[in-house]
Amino acid sequence: MSAQPVTLTIDDVGVTVPAGTLIVEAAKRAGIHIPVFCYHPKLEPVGMCRMCLVEIGRPRRDRATGAPVLGADGRPVVDFGPKLETACTTPVGEGWVVRGLTENARAGRREVLEFLLTSHPLDCPVCDKGGECPLQNLTIAHGPGKSRFAYDEKMHLAKRVPLGDLIVLDRERCIQCGRCVRFQEEIVGEPVIGFTERGRKMEIVTFSEPGFDSVFSGNTTDICPVGALTTADFRFEARPWELRAAASICSHCPVGCNLTLNVRRQPNARGQIQVQRVMPRQNEAVNEIWICDKGRFGHHFASSPERLAAPLVRRGEGLVEVSWEEALAAAGDGLRRAQGRIVGLGGGRAANEDLYQLRTLIERLGGSAALAEWMAGGDLIQQFGAGSQFDFGRLGAGDAILVLASDLQEEAPLWWLRIKQAADRGAAVLVAGARPTRLEGHAAQVLRHPPGHAVQTALGLLHALRGTRDLARFRGDEGVRQAAKFIREARELAVLFGREGLDEAGTQALACASAELLVASGHAGRPGSGLIAVWPKANTQGAWEIGLRPPPGGLHSMLAGAGAAVIVAADPAGDDPALGEAVDRCGFVVVQELFLTETARRADVVFPAQAFTEREGTYTSGERRVQRAYPAVPPLAGTRPDWRILADLGAQVGLSLENGSASALFEAMAADVPSFAGLSYRALAHVESQWPIVGGDDLYYGGTAYRNEQGLGIKLPALAEQGPTAAVHWIAPVEAPSGGKVLLVPVERLLDSGTTLLPTRELDPRRARPQAMLSRSDADAWGVADGDEVEAAWKGRSARLAVVVSDGVPAGCVLIPRSVGVPLDAPAAGRVAAVRERA
Amino acid sequence: MLAETYRSEIEAILAKYPPEHKRSAVMPLLYLAQRVYGHVPPQALDEIAALLDISSTQVGSLVGFYSLYYDRPGGKYRVQICTDLPCALRGAEAFARELCRRLGIELGGTTADGLITVEAVMCLAACDRAPMFQVQDAEGIHYHENQTVDSALALIEMLRQGVRRG
Amino acid sequence: MAEHILLRHRDIPGLDELDVYLKHGGFEGLRKAVTKMSAQQVIDEVKASGLRGRGGAGFPAGLKWSFLTPGVFPRYVVANADESEPGTFKDREILESNPYQFLEGLAICAYAAQVRTAYVYCRGEFWDLAQALEWRIDQLHQQGLLGEQLFGTKYALEIHVHLGAGAYICGEETALLDSLEGKLGQPRLRPPFPAAAGLYGKPTVINNVETLTNLPPVLTRGAAWYKTIGTEKSPGPKIFCLSGCVVRPGNYELPLGTTFRELVFDRGGGVPSGRRIKAILPAGASSTILAATDAVLDTPMDYESVAAIGSTLGSASVIVLDDSVDMTWAVLKTSRFFKHESCGKCTPCREGTYWMLHIAERLHAGRGSRQDVALLETVARQIQGKCLCALGEFSTMPVVSAVQNFRADFEQHAAGER
Repeated sequence: MSAQPVTLTIDDVGVTVPAGTLIVEAAKRAGIHIPVFCYHPKLEPVGMCRMCLVEIGRPRRDRATGAPVLGADGRPVVDFGPKLETACTTPVGEGWVVRGLTENARAGRREVLEFLLTSHPLDCPVCDKGGECPLQNLTIAHGPGKSRFAYDEKMHLAKRVPLGDLIVLDRERCIQCGRCVRFQEEIVGEPVIGFTERGRKMEIVTFSEPGFDSVFSGNTTDICPVGALTTADFRFEARPWELRAAASICSHCPVGCNLTLNVRRQPNARGQIQVQRVMPRQNEAVNEIWICDKGRFGHHFASSPERLAAPLVRRGEGLVEVSWEEALAAAGDGLRRAQGRIVGLGGGRAANEDLYQLRTLIERLGGSAALAEWMAGGDLIQQFGAGSQFDFGRLGAGDAILVLASDLQEEAPLWWLRIKQAADRGAAVLVAGARPTRLEGHAAQVLRHPPGHAVQTALGLLHALRGTRDLARFRGDEGVRQAAKFIREARELAVLFGREGLDEAGTQALACASAELLVASGHAGRPGSGLIAVWPKANTQGAWEIGLRPPPGGLHSMLAGAGAAVIVAADPAGDDPALGEAVDRCGFVVVQELFLTETARRADVVFPAQAFTEREGTYTSGERRVQRAYPAVPPLAGTRPDWRILADLGAQVGLSLENGSASALFEAMAADVPSFAGLSYRALAHVESQWPIVGGDDLYYGGTAYRNEQGLGIKLPALAEQGPTAAVHWIAPVEAPSGGKVLLVPVERLLDSGTTLLPTRELDPRRARPQAMLSRSDADAWGVADGDEVEAAWKGRSARLAVVVSDGVPAGCVLIPRSVGVPLDAPAAGRVAAVRERA
Repeated sequence: MLAETYRSEIEAILAKYPPEHKRSAVMPLLYLAQRVYGHVPPQALDEIAALLDISSTQVGSLVGFYSLYYDRPGGKYRVQICTDLPCALRGAEAFARELCRRLGIELGGTTADGLITVEAVMCLAACDRAPMFQVQDAEGIHYHENQTVDSALALIEMLRQGVRRG
Repeated sequence: MAEHILLRHRDIPGLDELDVYLKHGGFEGLRKAVTKMSAQQVIDEVKASGLRGRGGAGFPAGLKWSFLTPGVFPRYVVANADESEPGTFKDREILESNPYQFLEGLAICAYAAQVRTAYVYCRGEFWDLAQALEWRIDQLHQQGLLGEQLFGTKYALEIHVHLGAGAYICGEETALLDSLEGKLGQPRLRPPFPAAAGLYGKPTVINNVETLTNLPPVLTRGAAWYKTIGTEKSPGPKIFCLSGCVVRPGNYELPLGTTFRELVFDRGGGVPSGRRIKAILPAGASSTILAATDAVLDTPMDYESVAAIGSTLGSASVIVLDDSVDMTWAVLKTSRFFKHESCGKCTPCREGTYWMLHIAERLHAGRGSRQDVALLETVARQIQGKCLCALGEFSTMPVVSAVQNFRADFEQHAAGER
């Protein structure tokens, strides 16, 4: 398709667009409003609803010569077709005259609306969509004032059909536009909803188990042009015009989806202003106009009644509520007594400002601050991370994307979605893993390896690229050679690495090997290429930028040997009872948290922190984009933002830390942290117009995702772009011990039982539980079947797990979800036995 | 269950279509499932989906779209009378009414013994031999043309006695 | 026309047996094509014959084949045996009683289109004849008339039977393709047309059973001979399906250009005694209904002449209504048909067929008003020109023409007189 410009006239306005542009899009770019329902700019056109009917006139051409026929006035003769045509399915033509405002065209729209409204219920007063409804808006603009349809002949259909537990369908309201079905089929590639029946009875149905089994299901409610699809979360909660909007960033995973939080005063929450729903905010370079269901529904933790609202101080065996003054004084005492043997532990959920303040405080007290995670490689990301021009949306034919040791749809759904679409555009997606995951269906090459052998596979690719003898022992098979060919020939290369099957040292080795791949293939330093870590938390990348990393000696010794610890937004005791024991041995523990977690229970002082919905902050995504979040609701009384608590703590011990505003703190951080040099809150708020247009008056066109008027964020360049960097050397992986035991491997599941997701009860039926996913052969050998109980034991720990037999699990391997209360963070050799109840 | 028990038949069906387009086999496989189960239950959707590498929804949505697939059991024999315009011009509607009256059911209903459902259907391409009907059971569909109420009742009686005529 | 060319079994008993068919020149057309003609030559001969599609659209067959995108393979031919238009039963007779001529014709088309795999999309209700057809295809394989190296050449052809499952819309070309691909049978956007992107996105020819059955005689007896039958613009024999209020309903093979009068009265025995002919639906339910005036009865049944009197010949499924028939009831029947069969994809057909049916029901039951009569026509006109495929458009034709030509019937209902 050439990008040759075509000029035509639409409603007397001259419009020039590239050839192949659909008339409806050409009109929209020129600010001309052609109404649509079934058309959506991110979907293939189908011409079903017939709402976009226009008159199209084409210049007459001489049959023999092909030359334009001119009229008496010297202008080309334009012949109009006998019928109205759909603007959404017709690409523009040179010299065409499109008329959408003639009586004929207006009648067409009016009549189509009359048809759509024949059985459409008069639900507006109680319909969630009312106020942001394309059908309402277009009916007012183009529709008849009344219907000639006899009311008592209308179809009566089911009004509350659950499509799974998260999405509710009202069959009467559905206008059969197909946007939802086509979104699932074309964009997600998981057709778990579809049309069935014929004619007026045509209806949406789902046969997946659970129903509408897709983590992207919520997006269909944004693009549904009527109130047919609503979320169980928001249904009947509030009217859109009552809602105020605030821009934020999702706190669940390293993609950093841009959100709009809609808030309203809640009568049944004592009049508190609360988040009523989470909507996507358009950022085409990050999440386009989509979010996943974890981000959409996982906001309830912020308004949970379990939130801490007062500081706590240990008295005897228990914690008692005290005033801020008393708590700060007690904390200050504890820190002073530690005499510099102080550690700080930050979690990847905290904002840049919080983590920077923590590091500053601890270092100025003579101690060291670390990141409470077990995944390494972040220092390589600064060198080789996604470049300044990196955008998954630009990758396609001729590019390659390598994913190692990560079940991407479970760990970073919007990256999965964007990579899947890159594959649709022809990008070579290469997936290395021990078991089938959802990305493999779109892969040009799958590299299957034994559990835990991601590093070996990466080194095999490196060997195929370099051919050096030191790598010979990692030589891979034909699949590896094929993949290396894609990598070598790629224009742009993205390498994503996770931690499935690896411990911390393994992730460091994988990061090194991945960075070396970029160097060996010549992509290091390209602005459109780079290395991305699939971090466990939203702001892990920010922590690394600020200089926090997993402690070299491990968390246990760091905590157990410290005189005092300040723990921010992390729950080591909850992740692992052994770490709980380390917390107990630590001299004095200060915890800043949202909830009374296991770690908080063991603390000497607990400060109630604000949630992301209540305060400003910035977050650095895994692609190294710094983005700004704004407060949406007034903070819970009695809470303070983490960075302020740390400043107050500093004041107790005679340190003067930035305590004025988050933006001032950000500027201080930008002056100190090289990665953030030159950034400011103002720069982060910069916006540009984006395509397609969504929201506002154009919500009928692109859906009800919010326009981004609060900031697109700033993409950090990789150091490699600026010149040669320090050489990277690959690290040989440590072989996992064998010997008749089973390898227990923790895996990420998007919908888990973590602290910030548990309060969203709608997700309970889909939530990962303490489960053991095992192969059929192992199940047979152990005499267990789906639903039976087994006991897994490793390193002095054990857990009871429900069996899930899955063909994708390698034999000799048991997969256990993270964040369900099973303290397995890195792969471990263990034993598994069926639990047989005694009579 | 279908995959193991009817392996050779399934392979013969799949062989009719290019292997990279085996989704085409969904319609004959739905007929197979209907033959085996009497209608198309949810487990059949999953079985067929697994055979063709498509989703259960992509299979299940067809059952509601096409008139000859049923997602729930009906009478063992579906007596489907054409009452479309050309047949109706030759007495099909009166035929249908009278047949139902004699069977003691409403049009669309099933006899008390669960054996016979009588339905009105659209044109069956037998317009010169009205009144007529087709009998659909799990095994297939057979036409019975130039019928009278008596001949129809006689046929139904034979069906009741377990004798099937082509 | 003394001899049958399409319903040849009426002249030759037992023609549905392969040895009988072969004894009477069967597969000579295919042999000639495959051994002596190039694919292009076959296309040219069919073009020269002027054969037009017999499924209802009347599009010249050879011309359709010439639209196949050059150089793109594989290609497919699909025989449309989804015969579901009310009043149509001609393809059924061919498939039951002259099946080998059809299969030979399908093979000739496949050869001309350079196709190695052909499908017969058969409506699901034709269960029995579909089984028989599969058996007959096996017979042809055994005789070396299908499969590899036909007639000692490199040409190979497989034919498979695919059963539909009860949806009239699957007779629409692109809906048929989607159905054959395993999806809902809903029409596609055109362009692209099947000749460019059809089955599995490959160039595909779809032809009606009757159309294909014409091919063996065209090849064996020549295009010039073929043009001596019928009219200049509509050559060849046509099977006319006669049904409704006539003494002898049935299939009648006659040259195109035969008049309605000859079909209905000379062949069909006219309307039952004591009644008078009232109306004719020439194209099944998808008809612009004609009042059975002398002028209409004397109109030749060919595509041009019927168009000239404001109707369409379509598949030539001639349904006769006599004066015992109330046109409101007739429209009720056609409206019920289209509402039942509308696939639902596009708004005007999905909503409009439902709406028309309800108005027709109301009128027929005596609960309608004069405004309803006008509304019925208005709704039908509102659907026109907006639909994604022909079903929606055709659903309006009997309504508009009945209200216009037989307004009295409707107004009697409105006035409570019926």
